Amino acid sequence: MKVGDRVPVPEQSPEERIKNFNEVALGYTAELAMEEARRCLRCPRPFCVEGCPVHIKIPEFIKLIAEGDFVGAYKKIMEDDLLPAITGRVCPQEEQCEGKCVLTKIGKPINIGKLERFVADYVRENNLEEIPKVPEWNGKKVAIIGSGPTGLTAAGDLVRMGYKVTIFEALHELGGVLIYGIPEFRLPKAVVRYEIDKLKQMGVEFKTNVVVGKTVTIDELLEEYDAVYIGTGAGTPNLLRIPGINLNNIYSANEFLTRVNLMKAFKFPEYDTPVKKGKKAAIIGGGNVAMDAARTALRLGYEVIVLYRRTYEYMTAREEEIIHAIDEGVKFEFLVSPIEFLGDENGNVKGVKLIRNELGEPDASGRRRPVPIPGSEFVVEADLVVIAIGQKPNKILYQELPDLKVNRWGGIIVDERQRTSMRGVFAGGDAVRGEATVILAMGDGREAAKAIDEYIRTGKWPEQVCS
Amino acid sequence: MFRIVRKETLSEKIKLIEIEAPLIARKAKAGQFVILRLHEKGERIPLTLHKWDPEKGTITLVFQEVGKTTTELGTYEAGDVLADVVGPLGKPTEIERYGKVIVVGGGVGVAIAYAVAKAMKKAGNHVTSIIGFRSKDLVMLEDDMREVSHELIVCTDDGSYGRKGFVTEALKDLLDERRYDLVFAVGPVIMMKFVSKITAEHGVKTIVSLNPIMVDGTGMCGACRVTVGGEVKFACVDGPDFDGHQVDYDELMRRLSMYVEEEKLALERYLRNREVKA
Repeated sequence: MKVGDRVPVPEQSPEERIKNFNEVALGYTAELAMEEARRCLRCPRPFCVEGCPVHIKIPEFIKLIAEGDFVGAYKKIMEDDLLPAITGRVCPQEEQCEGKCVLTKIGKPINIGKLERFVADYVRENNLEEIPKVPEWNGKKVAIIGSGPTGLTAAGDLVRMGYKVTIFEALHELGGVLIYGIPEFRLPKAVVRYEIDKLKQMGVEFKTNVVVGKTVTIDELLEEYDAVYIGTGAGTPNLLRIPGINLNNIYSANEFLTRVNLMKAFKFPEYDTPVKKGKKAAIIGGGNVAMDAARTALRLGYEVIVLYRRTYEYMTAREEEIIHAIDEGVKFEFLVSPIEFLGDENGNVKGVKLIRNELGEPDASGRRRPVPIPGSEFVVEADLVVIAIGQKPNKILYQELPDLKVNRWGGIIVDERQRTSMRGVFAGGDAVRGEATVILAMGDGREAAKAIDEYIRTGKWPEQVCS
Repeated sequence: MFRIVRKETLSEKIKLIEIEAPLIARKAKAGQFVILRLHEKGERIPLTLHKWDPEKGTITLVFQEVGKTTTELGTYEAGDVLADVVGPLGKPTEIERYGKVIVVGGGVGVAIAYAVAKAMKKAGNHVTSIIGFRSKDLVMLEDDMREVSHELIVCTDDGSYGRKGFVTEALKDLLDERRYDLVFAVGPVIMMKFVSKITAEHGVKTIVSLNPIMVDGTGMCGACRVTVGGEVKFACVDGPDFDGHQVDYDELMRRLSMYVEEEKLALERYLRNREVKA
């Protein structure tokens, strides 16, 4: 093997895996992990660490793996990242740590994500983790709204500082997007449950079936708790404003994935929640959620085509997921935009009318704007459509909360310490950022925990957080 | 833990359950709903609130056994526990002092009409309620409705009890006779459609309470989307009440039938398994 070659990661074969919902990447064995770890050049100034949003000490943990000290490696990661089994699986490493690895100059970067995942899995599967000791209660209480990655991270930090922490979750299951959104084949639910159980053992209290804003208000929480952290994510789907959007069997990606992941519709009728089963699925979008929806539809037995308005290079999905989708047989149509959904006499969708695009001038995001080509309309047949063109923060929390400042698209406005316009109320993750990543949400949770601690200890709150 | 403390059978397929849910009972308002899940393998279904008692910490729901989940729920008795109940969800009905109000309820919808009539009466409105059923043996909540209405008209389709005919006919007679300030209607979609048609002809503001398919009930999925005034709305967070004159009822009916085959399959399978067990 050449220096530039990665140690391959064992995976379920595409033929096998499209028939099940089990995890695709099986992960490194101890031997393979050590072999991959030995490729690390241990740069004196490691760019990978700069590329990591939470600055995990990457060369240090990789060195420990190379030496066979997997528990040591795990502890090293945990200094900066409380959920490595999750981030090892869902971070866009090619844009972060791995994208900066010097080995990219001669070949493939170190497989940092898979090494991170390996140590976390190794520790979990072999029961080697010691539950961190929690100090005596300092008499203060923090409420966290939402049990997704940002809330879990903040809870983990706060409980270790001596706070009593309660997480409120609207759904019946804990984990937020990690449970309802990301499919089992990419992030096994057992991994998420393990992390939640760990927090429970550390004394974090969880309350499901509580919709803050409806069941209780933030004002009520502020009476009982010393601070509140909002980590409610970006749960409201964007839909296309084109004719036929309400035809039957057109789902938002949220609905489609929630039915299958959270409600286990793939096991209908053993489980009560159904999901439509048909022949041809059209997935609209080019991000991770679109790939998740496409590969989920494939596993339900659909022939799948992804419709994306720009080109392959502009897709925002993780590279690994795009490759997995291609290997599994998902087809792609690039440079197309839907202009109408076509229905049959019963109001069920039967096709998507598209127009072809060419790339024009760059837009605000720096990406070249898709420009429709007149007269290029054509129809793709589909009896299932999933719209995966993004989500925005859910407004249910602050429908009746005029004091909480939000921006034009509903994102909560915070300062550099995650403080909102309401005294004692902090926010982070997708509720602030719109659609970002699990690792950034975790970073916000960690920053918020520090800021909450400081606020509760000093009582200091800036006069005006955000103008 | 959401324990059922009381269960009643109101008519052949319509049952009432009172559930311990103190947080919901404390916040509930007329027109709001809850989402419940029976057990680990259950689906999430929305049910609009009939009654609630903040002191006792209970909520009361009325449901009709139609599909698998409601049929199974019909077998739950006092002492049994539901896995999940979340709420109160949706916007409450806009209760104001309108003046003269007509509340129309059809079938199981009468349970919701009760909550709205009660709140309307309390707000100082003169409330005339019209409730309709297919026949005498399906009539329910008549005494409750009488208590919260100044006038009550009970209709049966076949004339076996009360006034013969549909609620829409009784409504038309009232509107022909004098001016009313508001009509609230809840029941089968087709009923709400025709109520709205009549009230539009009379130029009376109309609120309807819609019952689309939902999953999370908090604005996350869009399963419940309806077209109102040409715009896509999520009934769970923008409703469930909407301007009756703006709703696309035909689309709503179509979307409600989206899983007809799956519902049939699930119900048959459930009934078969229940037989085998028994």
